[in-house]
Parts: sequence; structure tokens; C-alpha cells
Amino acid sequence: MTDQVQKILQIADDELILGWRNSEWTGIAPMLEEDVAFSSIAQNEIGHARAWYELAARELGPTANELAFDRRPDEYRCSRLVELRLVPDWAATIARHHLYETADEERIAALKQSDDTEIAGLAAKIDREEAYHRMHAQMWFERLQDEPRFQEALDELRPLLDVRGEPTSELAELWEEMTMVRRSVAGATW
Amino acid sequence: MSENSKHPTGQPRRTHGQSPHVLKTGTASGALKEEQVWDALAEIPDPEIPVISLVDLGVIRSVDVSRDQVRVEFTPTFLGCPALEVMRDAMAARISALGADPQIEVILDDSWSTDRITPAGREKLRAGGFAPPAPREVGGPKLVQLQSNAFRCPYCGSQDTALENIFGPTPCRSVRYCRSCRQPFEQFKTI
Repeated sequence: MTDQVQKILQIADDELILGWRNSEWTGIAPMLEEDVAFSSIAQNEIGHARAWYELAARELGPTANELAFDRRPDEYRCSRLVELRLVPDWAATIARHHLYETADEERIAALKQSDDTEIAGLAAKIDREEAYHRMHAQMWFERLQDEPRFQEALDELRPLLDVRGEPTSELAELWEEMTMVRRSVAGATW
Repeated sequence: MSENSKHPTGQPRRTHGQSPHVLKTGTASGALKEEQVWDALAEIPDPEIPVISLVDLGVIRSVDVSRDQVRVEFTPTFLGCPALEVMRDAMAARISALGADPQIEVILDDSWSTDRITPAGREKLRAGGFAPPAPREVGGPKLVQLQSNAFRCPYCGSQDTALENIFGPTPCRSVRYCRSCRQPFEQFKTI
């Protein structure tokens, strides 16, 4: 596996797993607006994951679906930050959202400069959508920044951003949930 | 709006009416013309905002007719939009109905932006109660702009509108509120 495809797989895993975690707020967010926001962000992140997996599948095969769902939980390379199940902790959720979107902005900016035109083009397309995630994170950061609980969550979660590839029970549980239909219904796709 | 002025109809390849891609099938009484394909695609409504067609939306980048094959380059709007598969299948069905073999190629690059929505499409959105997207500026949209009153209510035309939610019922929409006619409305996001 080349470094490049490994990097793409990391991003795809991050977006897929975070998308699932964000969707856990669907129906139970503290306000209707946030229910809609986190559901919509989840939908975008999973769409980005699919596009990255499709790119990775050209080298690794066979398809985006297989890469997303048929690897073992210990083969995922997502950040520890996105694996955590944070519902119903709103302060920690916003802290993760802010940390992730800030780091993701840098990563996308670098990918937009890639010599590989497909990677650069996809990164630029994704960036147009991510701009709205960043605005949402910014809005909540401004609202919560003086809250001690929020600051504590930021301090606690920040070091987890760069932890990858250490199998956790939380990811294994999420994987069970995420792949249940696929494993039980022949031919099931996204 | 520079992109719109370059592609005023969203159909750059047929604007001169003399397509180099129209080939005769030899036996058929009328060979399929590129324009017929564009016309057929222009009848497909957006699955989630049916007031606007796929051609109005600017997601069809090119149409090439070669013998009995029609190749369409299709650029998704939002990557997580569940309507994409529906759009792709609808295009394939329309082209099959014209008696040709459809090849729909999904292009995952950065060539679609809301500036690709045609002027006619923008007007249809407005008439349907969706505020059309603001033109994209260099550097993309900013929170301070969304929170400003630079957006016009599609019902009464007032600019006295406020951001209610950056996100809405589909990835492409935000929700705003008009303080003048007291009507909430959906604002197409600029991307």
C-alpha cells in the first residue's frame, strides 16, 4: 500500500466513523436545529468517505463498500477522536467538532495542492461543503468558549486527534452496528 | 457570476447548434441528435427540488452522441446527496427510451458550483419558494455573511432576513426567516 492510498484510507475512515457518530444525535439533539445540523453533517461526511473510498478502491480494490464495511475493526485507521461515542455530552461533542474541523481544514488544504489532479479536485469539491461544517463549529465555539466544561473537553480530547490504529472496544461495537445489515442481508449496499 | 455568463444555458456544447458529435446511424430514419438528448434530460426534475431540472441545475457537464451510445458527464452537487443515484438512473432511463445505450460518467472533481445553476433555474427556484444561491465569492462563503442581511426573501423580496440554521432538510439548503413577511424559507447554499 502506497503512502498516498494509506493517507486516503485514513481520511475515509475518519469521515465514515465521524459520520456515524454525528448521526447518533439524530432525533435526540438538544435543539431541533442541531438535530438537523448534525444529521446533515453526518450525511456529508459519509458522502465524502464514499468518494475517498472509491478513489482508494482503484488501487486496493474491490469497491468502496468493501473497503468501508468488510475490513476487520482493527484494520481501520481512523483517529481515536472520531471513534468515541459522545452522546449525550453536548460540550464534548462540540469540542470534538471544533478540533476535527480545524485539523480537517489543514488536511484538505494540503490535499488541494496535490500533484494528483483527482485527489486535488476531490479535495477542492469537499472543501466547498466543509466550509459549512467549519462555520457551524465556529458558531458553537464562540458560544461555548467561556464554559469551563467545554474547555475541559477540549483539553481531554485534543491529544486523541493523532492517535490511530489502536483497536478499541468502542470502534468494535460501532463496527458491529454499522455492518449488521450488510452482514445479514446478501447484496446489501449503502 | 462569471461562470454563468460563460455558460448561460448550462449547455455549452450545443450553443452554436452545429454539433460535431452527431453521427448518422446509417439505417435509422433519424439519427439521434445531441440536442434531443439535452431536451430529454431537461425534462428530468431534481428528485428533491422538482421545480428545477437537471439541466437547470447545471450538473450535466457534457453530452456526446456516438452511433447508438450516449455518454453523459455528470457532476454531483453535494457528495452525500442521496438524490445522485436517482438522477443517474433517471438519465439512463431517458436515454434508453431514446433508443440509445446510456453511459453516465460521474465526475468527482471540483467543476460544479452553485454558480452553474442557470438563470432560468434560479428563477424557477425563487418561484418555488427557494431562495437561489448567492454568487460564490473568492475564498467561499463566510459565517459573517450568512449572519448578515444580504439574502432576499423569495416570497416578499425583503432583505430583512435572518439565518435560522446553516443546515436544512437537505445538504444543499439553509433555513432563514423573513422578518418582513414573517415567513421561514429555504436558502440554497452557495458552494
